[in-house]
Amino acid sequence: MIALQPKAGTELAPDFTLKAIDGTSIRLSDYRGKVVLLDFWATWCAPCQEEIPRFVEWQNQYRNQGLQVIGVSMDDSPEPVQRFNREFRMNYPVAVGTQDIASQYGGILGLPVNLVIGRDGNIKAKHLGMYDLMLLKRELNLQLDSK
Amino acid sequence: MSRLVRRGITWMICCLAVLSLPQAGLAQWNANQIQPATALSQSVLIQPAELVKALQSGKNQPIILNVGPRMLYLQAHITGAEFIGPGSDPDAIKQLHARAQSVSHSSLIVLYCGCCPWSHCPNVAPAYSELQRMGFTNIKVLYIADNLGTDWVYKGYPTVRATN
Repeated sequence: MIALQPKAGTELAPDFTLKAIDGTSIRLSDYRGKVVLLDFWATWCAPCQEEIPRFVEWQNQYRNQGLQVIGVSMDDSPEPVQRFNREFRMNYPVAVGTQDIASQYGGILGLPVNLVIGRDGNIKAKHLGMYDLMLLKRELNLQLDSK
Repeated sequence: MSRLVRRGITWMICCLAVLSLPQAGLAQWNANQIQPATALSQSVLIQPAELVKALQSGKNQPIILNVGPRMLYLQAHITGAEFIGPGSDPDAIKQLHARAQSVSHSSLIVLYCGCCPWSHCPNVAPAYSELQRMGFTNIKVLYIADNLGTDWVYKGYPTVRATN
């Protein structure tokens, strides 16, 4: 696991628009004002499978405080993502990512990659690989507490 | 045991089997179903620094095969590595088989993935097993502890990266 900390949360998260697997559109900048947990994952990624049920739980728990989880899958096609989405009852927007978006975020060189994006749209933390979910939750709470 | 009781037990087993069918879909996500990287013997592993040394020596260059997901290969891969496909996918194993047919059984082949932590990687062990089954005698598997980024790219080892 590696934690890549941008400079004091001043790096703006690159905006993107993706078609979600439910057919709607996901534009990151639409969530400005919310705390975003941006999760790069894949259906074949075992650590991602461990994390996602927690993210579903957090989305329910912290929705009213302004948390928005967004899942960007690095699968090669949407079919397994759609099945996974149903079976894991994912309650947040999920889309299949592109090479371009992965590159904009510094390259996805292993999974999962989690980013905590503050209400101001800046990247507050980036974690490549398995990360302690208690610490991640603490980081999210820190952002949720800041208005 | 009476015939009635036996019939009852058989009926219950059938019901349980039918009830468990929806779980079969979920089971496919269970990495335990696939041979994990941890099943590989230490003797077949090669450490990243060792591979770099071998690449820099310029002699006996290994054939490096990427048996991880395509998206990650496109993001970054070891210089000179060929993409095969994720070893947990039967189609990729067919691809590996086809690629290996033109290679001498004594050639040094290095397999790697780097998708996720070693203990969770579903791709390298099935690929290794296939080459072993085909009779290759000099197969190594690159030990990537966490992921390709942490254990190879960010160490400055020879990499081809996607351009933004």
